[in-house]
Amino acid sequence: MSRNADNWLLKVTDLTKIYGEPNENTLALTGPEYNSNICPETDSIVACANISFDLYPGEVLGIVGESGSGKSTVVKLLYLDMEQTSGSARFMPYIDGSINMLDASSQKKRYIKNYLMGMVYQNPRDGLNFNFTSGGNIAEKLIMAGNYHVGDIRARASDLLIKTEIPVLRMDDQPVTFSGGMQQRVQISKAIANDPPLLFLDEVTTGLDVSVQAKVLDLIRELQQDLGITMIVVSHDLSVIRMLTDRTLVMKNGRVVEGGLTDQILQDPQHEYSQLLVSSLL
Amino acid sequence: MNILEVNDLSKAFHLHILNGKKITALKNINFSMKEGEIIGLTGMSGSGKSSLMKCIYRTYITSSGQIMYRSRSGMIDLVKADDHKIIELRKNEITYCSQFLSVIPRVSAVDVVCENLFRIEKNKAHARVQAKNMLENLGLPPELWDAFPVTFSGGEQQRINVARAIIAKPRFLLIDEPTASLDARTKDVVINMLLKMKDSGTSVLVVSHDEYTLAQLTDRRIELKAGEITVDQMVTNENIS
Amino acid sequence: MVENNKYTNKYNFAFIDEATKKEIRRKLLKAVAIPGYQVPYSSPEMPISRGWGTGGLHVTLAIIGKDDVFKIIDQGSDASVNACNLREFVHQMTNCKTTYNTAEATLIQTRHRITEEELRDDQIYIYQVPQPEPLRSVERYEFKTRQMHGEADYAKMWVSLYESYVRDGDIMLGAGYPVMVNKRYILAPSPIPKWDVPNLNHSNALHLFGAGREKRLYAIPPYTIVDPLEFEDVKFHTENFSGTECYRTGYKKAFMDELYFDDGTKHFLINDSNFLDKLAEDMEPKQHANKYIDQL
Repeated sequence: MSRNADNWLLKVTDLTKIYGEPNENTLALTGPEYNSNICPETDSIVACANISFDLYPGEVLGIVGESGSGKSTVVKLLYLDMEQTSGSARFMPYIDGSINMLDASSQKKRYIKNYLMGMVYQNPRDGLNFNFTSGGNIAEKLIMAGNYHVGDIRARASDLLIKTEIPVLRMDDQPVTFSGGMQQRVQISKAIANDPPLLFLDEVTTGLDVSVQAKVLDLIRELQQDLGITMIVVSHDLSVIRMLTDRTLVMKNGRVVEGGLTDQILQDPQHEYSQLLVSSLL
Repeated sequence: MNILEVNDLSKAFHLHILNGKKITALKNINFSMKEGEIIGLTGMSGSGKSSLMKCIYRTYITSSGQIMYRSRSGMIDLVKADDHKIIELRKNEITYCSQFLSVIPRVSAVDVVCENLFRIEKNKAHARVQAKNMLENLGLPPELWDAFPVTFSGGEQQRINVARAIIAKPRFLLIDEPTASLDARTKDVVINMLLKMKDSGTSVLVVSHDEYTLAQLTDRRIELKAGEITVDQMVTNENIS
Repeated sequence: MVENNKYTNKYNFAFIDEATKKEIRRKLLKAVAIPGYQVPYSSPEMPISRGWGTGGLHVTLAIIGKDDVFKIIDQGSDASVNACNLREFVHQMTNCKTTYNTAEATLIQTRHRITEEELRDDQIYIYQVPQPEPLRSVERYEFKTRQMHGEADYAKMWVSLYESYVRDGDIMLGAGYPVMVNKRYILAPSPIPKWDVPNLNHSNALHLFGAGREKRLYAIPPYTIVDPLEFEDVKFHTENFSGTECYRTGYKKAFMDELYFDDGTKHFLINDSNFLDKLAEDMEPKQHANKYIDQL
């Protein structure tokens, strides 16, 4: 596949989310230089500002930064969970990327989320419905994409559970009876149920113990290898970023301070904050 | 035809967290490399050998100069190319093999070796057969093939590392100390594998301290001292003392 | 001379004041215009408590005219206490003719059944609805269910059917089986049995639903497509009365009540009292036709 300037999958331009009522100085008075994302004049909070990047098919992009740096905001905006203050995101599978998907109607957004994207949240409770069985959770995603055949749904669900190493016997159990690592793998099964071109992973290994973490990371790597899914991986954990991603954006105080190839960010960080972050790596 | 032309390359690190301290790693680097050539990079520790490889691989951002690489789709400056292009080249043409094995935990030795191969060989079983053959040639005991390399000895990890770098037959290979902790027999196996790759057109830039490896393997030697090239000569029989 | 009885009657015609009736009618028009959509309305005070059929009564009183013939059933019976009281109330407030005869009625108010006898296009069928929100079982927040309706986001409803099938081997929903109206809104058809659900599809009559306690009105206009939710391989079906027949008439193709006599024997009886009476008198009432009845 040739990679000319036109075959991006996702093109994000100047994505900005501000809470409160900013004035014309808000962006100039916040950011890493001020070590703050709260505007001193208006008290508005700049969750993220002027985020721009391209994502190519098959690439895995990492977004790293400390808590409150705005990395989860970027993912929530792109997964259409919240509305942007300004900026655009064009997504090739949606009308050939010709329009800003962030401005689509809520029905269209639902379509994009159900058919074209997958999301794995840090907390399985955000991504799974604990009142449904694990099979039912996967069914939800398949039904959203227009599959109304119970036999097909169950066949697909058991394929996905096998792929994510969950005993198929547990398909009709509720995820509340599962361990944290299993819940996370059910969430991943659900997220990839429709073979989405783009998958978001938000702090997926945070809070899992080390051996379970390794298993989840391994699964994600394997999915990437086998299915070639394009992914955006958000983590504060540089080792997760190192293992999973091709490229990385480093965020601080709502801004991208540095972006580059992941090994470059880790071995030759240019920005002061990235250097600090990398030197703090255990 | 040259596959690589490095012009006036220099590399300095600005360490903001050490009050803006500046460390020069490389300066005035000029050399070119023919397609199918094997160049040995030598020099003392800290002379800049690995830095030069990392600049070429774009793990380091080059401070000034050009690194012109003749890719299958034409000449490209690896200093200026965008990240997507570099990722594409890394997937299809350029492989870097570092001194140390860095892998995800809980992936078997065979699958670590196969990682690059899975991209071209979709049949996983076929890929694993190739990997096992290679590990067998390198003398890695079969009982280790399905074990996790994190627990391996230095020499075993090294063999895994070399195997995963060369299995997908890259067009341009950057390889750091491929024979350092290997016994004489395995050393010869690695050298022969690399020579075989050269025959099929792969260009190799190899860092080594080992005179035997350099003599057997390389067409040409570049010696670095304090970040500058001090020697650049063809390897002939007379050179070998 | 037109008699002026404005100040002589204790109550306004049909109890509710004209302005409020107008409001309810306006909301009903909206409900008809958007089949299946739940329209909020005022749900004014009535002399019975909310939850005892006020929603149906609001609709009846808002649309009844002096020439209407009113019938009311409760669980298929014209003679149950609830039906009798409401019939008496409507009669007192409107002086309209009341009837047990389905064919004669122009307005039929109901709790929990559709008459077995086929409805005509000059009849209006009014339901007392306890819980108008079909999504309540899967989503407890009103603002979310409204959003789900707005975006036709019904996956959760479908998953609950899937779960029911996985748990029990069948979609275990009895009364109030969810239907898709006009291919757009999921609607709770009051708690009518599954037996009656197919009769909503392409019905000749106008169906109006009033939920007094929840303050919602909705409608299924005549000749609207109403599909029960079903999977491609797990189908909707009506209650299974195979092997049963009405002990009085010997009729088989109707919704049955199960009766135990004093000697402990079990008998079945047609639930719709007017339909039963007509069959017992050897009349031939025209029954609803649908593929589920036809299969019997």
